[in-house]
Amino acid sequence: MAGVSRLQYTTEMRLIRVMCTGRVDSSHVLRAFSKGADGVFIGGCRLGECNYTTHGNHQALKLVLLFKKVFERVGLNPERLRLEFMSGSDANIFVESVNDFVTGVKELGPLGESEGLAKDELELKLKAITKLIPYIRVVENERLRVHFDTQEEYQEFYSGEEMDRLFDELIADKLVISQIMLLLREKPLSTGDISQILGLTPSEIFRHLNNSARQGLVKYEESQDRFALGLS
Amino acid sequence: MVTLTKKPRYVDESKCTGCTTCVENCPVVYPDPFNQGISKNKAIHIYFSQAIPLVAYIDESCRYLKDKTCTICEAVCQNDAIDFNQTEEKIELKVGSVILSPGLEPFNPELRQDYGYGKYENVVTSMDFERLLSSTGPYEGEVLRNSDLKPPQKIAWIQCVGSRQVIEGGNSYCSAVCCTYTQKQVILTKDHLEGVECTVFHNDIRSFGKDFERFYERAEELSNVRFVRSYTSVAGENPENKNVIVRYSTFEDGVKEEEFDMVVLSIGLNPPADYEGLAKKFGIELEEHGFCKIDPSDPIKTSRPGIFISGAFQGPMDIPEAVMTASGASSQCGEFLDYRRGDLAIEKVYPSERDVSMEEPRVGVFVCHCGANIGRVVDVPSAVEYALTLPHVVYAQEQLFACATNSAQEITDMIKEKGLNRVVVAACTPRTHEPTFRETLREAGINQYYLEMANIREHCSWVHSKEKETATKKAKDIIRMSVARVCHLEPLQEFELPVNKAALVLGGGLAGMNSALSIAEQGHEVYLVEKDAELGGIARRIHHTLEGLDVQEYLDDLRRRVYRHPLIHVYTDADVTKSDGYVGNFVTEIESEGRSMEIKHGVVIIATGAEVSVPDEYLYGEDDRVMTHLELEERLAAADERITGAQSLVMIQCVGCRNEDRDYCSRVCCSESVKNALKLKEANPEMDIYILFRDIRTYGFNEDYYREAAGKNVTFIRYEPENNPQIEPATSYEDDRNILRVTLPDYVLGKKMEIDADIVALAAAVVPSETTKEVAGMFKVTLSPDGFFKEAHVKLRPVDFGTEGVFLCGMAHYPKLISETVNQAYGAAGRALTLLSHDTVVASGSVCEVEEDKCISCGACIEFCTYGAIEFYESPQGRKARVNPVLCKGDGLCNRVCPTGAIQLKHFTDKEILSEIDAMISETKAVQQADKVAGGV
Repeated sequence: MAGVSRLQYTTEMRLIRVMCTGRVDSSHVLRAFSKGADGVFIGGCRLGECNYTTHGNHQALKLVLLFKKVFERVGLNPERLRLEFMSGSDANIFVESVNDFVTGVKELGPLGESEGLAKDELELKLKAITKLIPYIRVVENERLRVHFDTQEEYQEFYSGEEMDRLFDELIADKLVISQIMLLLREKPLSTGDISQILGLTPSEIFRHLNNSARQGLVKYEESQDRFALGLS
Repeated sequence: MVTLTKKPRYVDESKCTGCTTCVENCPVVYPDPFNQGISKNKAIHIYFSQAIPLVAYIDESCRYLKDKTCTICEAVCQNDAIDFNQTEEKIELKVGSVILSPGLEPFNPELRQDYGYGKYENVVTSMDFERLLSSTGPYEGEVLRNSDLKPPQKIAWIQCVGSRQVIEGGNSYCSAVCCTYTQKQVILTKDHLEGVECTVFHNDIRSFGKDFERFYERAEELSNVRFVRSYTSVAGENPENKNVIVRYSTFEDGVKEEEFDMVVLSIGLNPPADYEGLAKKFGIELEEHGFCKIDPSDPIKTSRPGIFISGAFQGPMDIPEAVMTASGASSQCGEFLDYRRGDLAIEKVYPSERDVSMEEPRVGVFVCHCGANIGRVVDVPSAVEYALTLPHVVYAQEQLFACATNSAQEITDMIKEKGLNRVVVAACTPRTHEPTFRETLREAGINQYYLEMANIREHCSWVHSKEKETATKKAKDIIRMSVARVCHLEPLQEFELPVNKAALVLGGGLAGMNSALSIAEQGHEVYLVEKDAELGGIARRIHHTLEGLDVQEYLDDLRRRVYRHPLIHVYTDADVTKSDGYVGNFVTEIESEGRSMEIKHGVVIIATGAEVSVPDEYLYGEDDRVMTHLELEERLAAADERITGAQSLVMIQCVGCRNEDRDYCSRVCCSESVKNALKLKEANPEMDIYILFRDIRTYGFNEDYYREAAGKNVTFIRYEPENNPQIEPATSYEDDRNILRVTLPDYVLGKKMEIDADIVALAAAVVPSETTKEVAGMFKVTLSPDGFFKEAHVKLRPVDFGTEGVFLCGMAHYPKLISETVNQAYGAAGRALTLLSHDTVVASGSVCEVEEDKCISCGACIEFCTYGAIEFYESPQGRKARVNPVLCKGDGLCNRVCPTGAIQLKHFTDKEILSEIDAMISETKAVQQADKVAGGV
């Protein structure tokens, strides 16, 4: 409707058409970021007004809320990802929200800049999350089966204590390990090296390395005082 | 023979592309009728932004038409669409039947200067307000006052304007839709204007529709929203700020005046304009209010055979009912014209499809100017040039109008000449022209799914019209993304499955029988399954309708027609034990009178009806003088002297509903009680009758009977649920007879009142029938929160289910009156016929498919697919998910929940979507980089 109504909006956005926000996948979002997008905007039907009977917009909202948390955890600005609900005739909502979103993203600058991440660091983070996608989907299917009627209720749940606990238990460690694995794939590193790159305490890194070593994922190479991939 | 008069629009529809260049240049500015005259439009304009066809017309304010002084539009139209030589055209049509859907006319309060409309600037009608709320409205969705263009902070709605009035110029009936549309407006207003105060001055609140009671509660519970029960008038205007002064009275405070920034008049519905002319032209009869005269047992028929009606010409109705009657009218036409079905159909033949799967992509790009629509913002020639530099593009050209017939031919020719195997049309939204261009590809012998539309109009030129350079850059980006995507597209087949042309109708009440008859009359076998020993359903207990229909006589006739119909097979004492299959091909097992059998059918109609609840209050079941409204009707019909001889009779409304457990209105009880009261008065005019109510909901024309009852001294007393009537056996103070004493507060006098009753009738809630849950499970359909069946879409698909091939009608959907049941029964039959009248059902090519090697049989996709399109099956490699393409609707939610990416929505696969994302930023370098990232997935 924005088109038919000739409402003018930002030129700094490229649209990808899907039939339902439920089709939007975390891999698409991450691919866009790793391809150089500085923000990803998802627009979909209002909750309860599904064009199909599947209510895929609930899943889209859950995806966005979860990945905002993931982003936050690895040091990416969650404001770079936004979901907005609107009906086909809500041209003004579309225009206002994309304009507002693009303005916000422009203030943040290119991805990585406001986060203080160098290009290779950024790449590492995005790769680490991408690797976890299949796992995160299982977590969503098995452990995050919540259903609410309103966006506020979802927001409340996703910012609540129970969610924090689930996130810490199920995802947080995996994010760190995923990054460590990617680093070690390049070359063996010491605990100190890794702790410096990831900005985490050496003892935390050591805990992950130790656990991973027990599972045979990494091994300690005494000669170099470094850890390397277990299967290399 | 029907003669149509087509007025000249002075614009050639086949040439106009809806670009609106003419509108911008037209010098005549006048009030826009679509926006209620609040904002301005031009003499040449498109009626509204979603108009079909989306082409301009010229109205009588045009200068050329007045005195031939201006032809600007003719000069600026690049497509020569303006034609001032057009004259009125007569078109003669030979038709077998006619459906009249003339709709309604909003009540015009200006005629009587009601409530200061037309006098005070800030008094608007609900139609005006509706436009103010709309994003395509006069202020683009901002609600502003007429007087100062400021957002109002305090708004009042006045209900029943032009309705429920027996004064000159008013309508005696209830318009049935205003209570709920007002609540909708309140909710939207609260969304639009932060902190706004909303007050609704109302009479009864008539939330009788499905889910309407909840909707009312939602509106009422919003902050700063007041519902005030009061007679209301507009007392004047504050000259300083143009605020409107509303005078109203309440029992607590007496008469009060209050100032509002804006007053909205909730205007009612009038019959269509020129209803008399319409009736004369078609030779049909009207009822007293000017709507069509109808028979409550068949409200779609007019008094003249072959002429049918749908929508509000039957009387005031809401969207779902209008849609039901529309499908119903189609079914009646189908019955009427069945002997000629298919006579005018022509089959189109396409050339056979060229197999290009082994070829490298050879992409052709066609960039459309869309007249000036795209061309004057986007540099089309440079976009064409750019397209030629893209990988796999072997041909590109510009077109003035890609959608024009000659342009389509050009595309077909080029596909053949240049050996193209993929096509990008850079033009407008796929929502309008994708089917056109898919057709073009088919005609060129290429699979239709090898088309991609790059939307450089709605997504570019129209929304960046002042930024030519960046818009051109963006258009190139869009084309690049489309080219990337089109290279990955796969040829898809839309395949066809045979339809079993028989119907299963579940439930042999009024709804089921009418559906069955309508389907059978159109030549289809019908299996009618009834759980009781005889047909008729709850209608067996109803004797008359308010309009005077003899229900038992009607029912007998209906039963006779059903039993005599050679194509209807009736099974009584029957249960469904199992059902399998899907649209077009169901297999259902039933047990009838001890025998079990298997029925094969293409569609199902669920018409399992509803029941009357058994009250657990007001001494029901303890004292035999207390009965339900339906029991009262039965005993009255049997001329039971204990009933007709009663001195005093009390009816209590809303028993067992509109409460926490059953948060809905049973819709029919107010009319039922008024009907019983009138019948009682007929039998015994001396009887004192009291109806204790919360809101009297005699919507539509039934309002006239409510008024009649009040006129016959039936006493209506309102009660609040917190202070509901109390009832106890007692002896009368006057004559020592044994009575039931009913006590309740009198809000008018502010004290307790006592009524001595010989009989108490309870308007017991209508509840879903016992079998509802079981049937829902069997046919994979869902229930709404109140336990009735849930339709696919409340307004747009009121007799369909989300599950294809399954339809719904009657009280199984929600309590309703007999005429409404018949409407919906025909509606369901009409919808069923859209499937049964075809030999096959066609499944879209864009459906999901499972790559079995990747499937880990976790079942996530199956659980999320509410269409029931995915099932497990035992493959040689173990249990795997499998998609039934006929049931898949292509939303792709399953893709998102599959942990291994095993299930993919064709035409929107990850590969296709990612290729578009990758092409978003142009460097080829980036593509390689991205592939490296993707390696990790």
